[in-house]
Amino acid sequence: MASSKILIAGFGGQGILFSGKALAYTGLKAGKEVSWLPSYGPEMRGGTANCSVIIADTQIGSPIVDKPDILIAMNLPSLEKYFFETEKGGYIVYDSSLINKTFERDDVSIFAIPATKLASDNNLSGLANMIIMGKVIKETSVLTLEQVKTSLEQMVPAKKAELLANNIKAIELGYNYI
Amino acid sequence: MADKVLMKGNEALAEAAIMAGCKHYFGYPITPQTEVAAYMAKRMPKVDGVFLQAESEIAAINMVIGVSACGKRVMTSSSSPGISLKSEGISYLAGCELPALIVNVQRGGPGLGGIQPSQSDYNQTTKGGGHGDYKLIVLAPASIQEMVDLTFKGFDLADKYRMQTMILADGTIGQMMEPVSLDMGEVKTYDKPWATTGTRYHEGRNVVNSLSLSPAQLEQWNIDRYERYKIVERDEVMFEEFMMDDAEICVVAFGIAARVSKNAILEARKQGLKVGMIRPITLWPFPKDALKKASEKVKAFLSVELNMGQMIDDVKLAIDCKKPVYLCNRTGGVIMSPDEVVEKLKQIEKGDLKAW
Repeated sequence: MASSKILIAGFGGQGILFSGKALAYTGLKAGKEVSWLPSYGPEMRGGTANCSVIIADTQIGSPIVDKPDILIAMNLPSLEKYFFETEKGGYIVYDSSLINKTFERDDVSIFAIPATKLASDNNLSGLANMIIMGKVIKETSVLTLEQVKTSLEQMVPAKKAELLANNIKAIELGYNYI
Repeated sequence: MADKVLMKGNEALAEAAIMAGCKHYFGYPITPQTEVAAYMAKRMPKVDGVFLQAESEIAAINMVIGVSACGKRVMTSSSSPGISLKSEGISYLAGCELPALIVNVQRGGPGLGGIQPSQSDYNQTTKGGGHGDYKLIVLAPASIQEMVDLTFKGFDLADKYRMQTMILADGTIGQMMEPVSLDMGEVKTYDKPWATTGTRYHEGRNVVNSLSLSPAQLEQWNIDRYERYKIVERDEVMFEEFMMDDAEICVVAFGIAARVSKNAILEARKQGLKVGMIRPITLWPFPKDALKKASEKVKAFLSVELNMGQMIDDVKLAIDCKKPVYLCNRTGGVIMSPDEVVEKLKQIEKGDLKAW
């Protein structure tokens, strides 16, 4: 894929920006051009938050993603806003434990995963973002599971090493979810 | 070359300033530039530098005056409303001929405005802002790499010409992350025989001052300063040309608007429109000659900016109004999509758009 425009959208506090950062960092380590752009301001204290990530083989123009190739929606307003904006042939992955409404499109691949419920069932509270990311890695060819795991090891500082294991567990949980 | 790292624009800029030998930072928090101050607060103590959160923007810029008068590299940063507050001090820096780097990570205005990205301080920055006859060197980064490179360069230009450099960024460039190389080479240093470092270090008294009650003397100061500005205009213009070889329409855009325009140009070319871009990197000095040269070739210009139409006047002046200039703009913190730019380009092609 020459260029993947990824949009991660949800509530503030769901780890939207962190999972975007993990993708961008992994892209960088894989030798790609990357950009990461957060919505900023009061969103970090609740309200809607989103994060544009582009991973490309060539130089990136605008870092703003309004028509994603890959949409990760972690709440209903985000899914409603971007469902029909997603590019044809793209991917939509959403948290079905928080979104109980469905939309129809046959020109994109749609995946529902109850990420928030999986997180609480597996004692991984707060890691729905990484579970859903595991699913995205599985279904798209943007990055490999190994690449993401390796870059997380480099991203997470030594003093927070105990968080790393849970993050990786969450990604694998999402990756293996059917 | 050192490995690239993933950094936020604001943080990369701050690190570049430290690498350029800036050991003094004075600031006051405001979105969307707060990470500059936060980064400085963390890093400055580790490099024997000074980070000071002033009691206000006005205090911060006056601290900049003090350090610069002592011959040291110094900076402050803010966002639009904060820059208005600093404008008095910036004018004093100009009057005193003191080098300094000032960063404006723009947000929507006027007044308190909003916190989303904007380019609506173009006129304030390139035409004045503070009172009196002076110019700022204005650098407009369009990537995180340029946040770094232009900060490094900005300190150099300020010292070289005893001028004030403004980095005119915007919320997007400040907040986004991209891979960046911090490998910038050697810091050039300049003799500052005028610096007020004490008579142990220089002959007699050095005075740094912007006051002259003699009109003739003040006039001469201004004339001398503008002679120096002429050299800057001759030697320091920076711009990027993008797909201009066969272009029939020339987009003029800087910063984030230029990034959006690049996408639009690639799309417009797919649809058969021959479009290119001149991206000013220095907004002052403005790349007048490049635009003038382009005006002999292209049939129209499209100024793409995040304000109500500010740079467009400089585009018209640069080309002596020889070709029609059109505007594609959003403001208040809204960023145009590439599609909106393509639409304007199509309208120009069809003759459906009114020129500015």
